[in-house]
This record gives sequence, structure tokens and C-alpha cells, in this order.
Amino acid sequence: MFMKANGTPTTRTLKVDILARVEGEGSLYVKLKGDAITDIKFKIFEPPRLFEGFLRGRAYSEAPDITARICGICPVAYQMSAVYAMERALNVKVDPAIRALRRLLYCGEWIESHVLHIYMLHAPDFLGYPDALTLAKDYPDAVKRGLTLKKIGNEIVRVLGGREIHPINVRVGGFYHVPTKRELQPLLEQLKWARDAAFATAEWAGTLPIPAFEYDYEFVALHHPDEYPLCEGRLVSNKGVNIDIEDFEQHFIEEHVAHSNALHSVIKGRGMYHVGPLARYNLNYDQLTPLAQEAAAAGGLKRICTNPFQTIVVRAVETVYACDHAIDIIEQYEPPPSPAAIVTPGAGTGWGVTEAPRGFLYHRYRLDYTGAILDARIVPPTAQNQKIIEDDLRRYVAGHLQLSDEDLTLQCEQVIRNYDPCISCATHFLKLVVDRT
Amino acid sequence: MNESLIIGVGNPQRGDDGVGLVAARFLRAALPAADVRECSGDAADLIDLWTTTNARRVYVIDAMVSGAAPGTVTRFDAHRHPMPVELTGTSTHKFGVAQAVELARVLDCLPTEIIVYGVEGGRFDYEDKLSPEVEAGAREVARLISTDPR
Repeated sequence: MFMKANGTPTTRTLKVDILARVEGEGSLYVKLKGDAITDIKFKIFEPPRLFEGFLRGRAYSEAPDITARICGICPVAYQMSAVYAMERALNVKVDPAIRALRRLLYCGEWIESHVLHIYMLHAPDFLGYPDALTLAKDYPDAVKRGLTLKKIGNEIVRVLGGREIHPINVRVGGFYHVPTKRELQPLLEQLKWARDAAFATAEWAGTLPIPAFEYDYEFVALHHPDEYPLCEGRLVSNKGVNIDIEDFEQHFIEEHVAHSNALHSVIKGRGMYHVGPLARYNLNYDQLTPLAQEAAAAGGLKRICTNPFQTIVVRAVETVYACDHAIDIIEQYEPPPSPAAIVTPGAGTGWGVTEAPRGFLYHRYRLDYTGAILDARIVPPTAQNQKIIEDDLRRYVAGHLQLSDEDLTLQCEQVIRNYDPCISCATHFLKLVVDRT
Repeated sequence: MNESLIIGVGNPQRGDDGVGLVAARFLRAALPAADVRECSGDAADLIDLWTTTNARRVYVIDAMVSGAAPGTVTRFDAHRHPMPVELTGTSTHKFGVAQAVELARVLDCLPTEIIVYGVEGGRFDYEDKLSPEVEAGAREVARLISTDPR
């Protein structure tokens, strides 16, 4: 316990005004009185984005491109959740080749996002570097591998989406243009290299010093019987959730809290839950390809992983899966008869849940008879993880009170980066204040 | 292999952030034989561009925020001075041009010559045009590069 000379407990305030290596603007505030944590807030102060409001009155067809603007890291996730929701509202069935191309596009986004986080944002934490530049001085080969891997993710998104950020080729019903077999071929060789590099990434991540920090989380993710979840499936948890996506709002609620411009999500009657790579891995291990399972073992993961610091390994495993799956899709690919299914506008309500790199992303739209959006609901993954992040911080700080303010602050930032939070999506990053009384 | 590579960086739908792309288009018109590329500013893509083209001299043009008047043009010779990473970096996860240059320096894959032109932006709203003074900055960069003795 930290005590003042007169015997009263000391107050310590840990504070990060702008958290580095996360997307968006937020802060962290921790107040300690002696050994007691009196306040912890993961604050999101980026202004509200109001996307749900300005989608009202727009055509069903505009939702994929408008919502993609919510995030420069995971625009594909927004596009995919939007198109699936609209297609469900309008009863549109797409060709299996369209479905495969969507999964391929999503694999590109997972590779881009996961590799950026592993090498540039997260790995420096484990090895004691302030940033990727200093990491690169001592680990040049690893960083070069990361850059080349990320480039291949960019390339997939560019080929299918028209450009690597905010792709412009996705529409309700399919795509504006679909590639020929020949156009996909150059990706194949690159992906074979990438698959090996991703495997090496999992091995490398497994050598990093991972703090012991297990917890009995409730994990929630999509689950599909035949494939690792990207675009379709039921929402399931390890503690009893098993619902069709259209029942999401009956089981999950969002709450306003004073210190955040992002809503906090909870499971009705139970509370906080954990979404993202760890949730997907634990709930869908059997759907990983054999090579991805092998990568998990090579990275030191067991069948169930409950340590959020190990998400760096899980992201590498998912990168192996994304490369492996992308290769399979390209090898099997036959172009669809038409780039998009015919869509007839009309009244209806539709739901879409897809697995963004950081966790599942829920969209719901209600349309009038012309297909105009009457109301929209978007629940991004970082908003869902906010309560878990605060709870992790509470437990982590309680177990590391002996650390100096500086060290504790750095480690608290790492706890947050385990979740690769996209504050701009949630609406929005990190100042840490640790206040010790 | 071209002797020189010109890379315009930016987002065409975020106002003055698109200045690098507009300058690249001016240069494509002024120098039809030049290898002129456009890029969102992703560090992996930038490093890949200058390593795979193997150009001896690389020009990169990007928007900048330093507090100067909009349209102000600043020239950085990346071999002479480290890039001020706080001046560029409107890109996602703040991993853009300056980080690409500094990472390439560490990884020993900087081009023989690399000149970065920063054009001070004023407005970064959701719009697809530059403010007039920033467009003038784009023309100035195009003039400087097209008349640069190579």
C-alpha cells in the first residue's frame, strides 16, 4: 500500500491523455486510494458520428458505401454487414460465387488489419519498445515480413474492392464488377508466400513474453457449422447464447455512460461480454483449417485461450486461416453468371452480423416500400468490448499496484491494445489518468 | 525502370487531404513519360512502391498540418533530415508517409534520393475538392518537380 508519512493512504492518479497505437481518440483514467481502486474509466471522447441518424431517408443501396466511411481499417466489415442486412430485408439470394468473393474480400481486410496490429501496434508492447520504428531496428526481418504480408492484404482488397481503403465495388446483391479467373491468379502466388509468413508470424508471436492474465470471460461470436465465421452464422457464447442474429436486440442492450461517447453493450441479465479474435477462436476452433490449427499449436495456444494478451497469437492464427481460405477460394473460383443479383426495393426489416477483425458488427435496417431507410442500428465491436476493457484494467491494476505510475500506465495501455480498439468505430481513444490518493 | 517515381498521396474525398493526388495529376499532364502513382498513404504500399520500382529518385507529395497558412509548400530531403512524424499522419492508425520513410530508413530500403513535399491543408471535410489556396500549392509542387533538374 502506498501511504503518506502521516499514515493516510496515498492517492495515485494515472492518466494517459492520448493513447498511442489505437485508432481514434480516447483516454484512460485510474484513481487509487492506497490499494483500493476508486475509479477506472476507459473514456471515449471522440465526438459522436451520428451515422445512424443520417442514414434515415437514404436508399437501401447507399448503406454499404455510407457505413464504410465509419472506419478506414475495417470498411469491408461495414459493407458486408450492410449488404447482408439489406439482402435479408429484401429477400435477395446471391450466387455462391458472390458469397465466396465476399469472403475473399473479407480475408483481405483481416490480413491488413491483423498484420498491422501484430507488428506495428502490439508487438512493441511485449518487447519493451515505444513504437514499431524502434522495434524495426532490432527485428528488421520480422517487420519486413509484416509489411509484405500487409501489402498482400491490401492487394486483395484492391483487386476485389477497387481500392485498398474504402472499397467502391460492393453493392447490395453482389459487386459492380467481378474478377475473371485470370485476374485473381497473381494473388495466388503471393498468398502462398503469405500463408507461410503468417505461420512464421504465429511462431514468432508465440515466443513473445506473454503476461499471465486468465479470466473466465463470456465470449460471443458468430458460429457456422461448416466454416470459420466471417459473414454468416448464429450468435453463440460459451455461456448459453445461441440465437439467430435477428434476435440480437432481445438479448443484448446498449447503455449510455457519462464518460464515453460510445454506448456500452451488455447481455441482458448477465452483463459484459468479450468479442473479437479470442471469442471467435474459442467458439470456432474446429472450423479453422488444419494449417491454422497447427499454427495455433506452434504459437503455444491451447484449444481454449482465456488470456487477452495472447490475442497477438490468435490474430496470427486467423491470418494463417485468411491466407489458407483465400487460396482455396481462388483455386475453386468460377465467375458468377452476373456480378449481382437483381434487387427489388420494398418494405422490410433486415439484420446483418459479420465478423470485423475486432469482433462482430451488427447492423439492422427498417425500410419503407421504396427501399428508403426508416431507421438504422449499428453496434460495432469496440463499443461491445468497452466494459470488458474496463474490467480487465481493474483486475490488472489490482494485481500490479507495486509498479511505478509510469510502468503501470504503460501496462494499462497494453491491456487496452489487447483489444485493438477502433475508437473511431465505437465512436471513439485513450488518455490515461491514474489518480492515487 | 524509370529514373524517377512520383507518388501522390491522399484521400480524394476528404477535402485538402487529396492535394497529393491532385498534384500527381498535374504532373502526369506536365510530364507524360514520368512514372506517376497515386496512393492512399499506407506505409506498406509506399515502401513497396519505391522498392519494387527501384527508382533512383522518389518524390512523395502529401498534405501536411503544421499551423502554416493553407497552401504553404514545404520540401523535406529525407536523407538529410528525419521526417517530422507529427506533421503528416492523417492516415489510419497514424502510419503514413513520415512513418514509411522512417521505417524504410531503419530497414535500409530508402531510395537513393527521396524528396517529400508537404502542402499545408486547411479543410479536411467530406468533399471532393481542394480549397483554392491548397490547389495553388499543388500547382506549385508540380512546377517544382517538373522543373527539378534530374
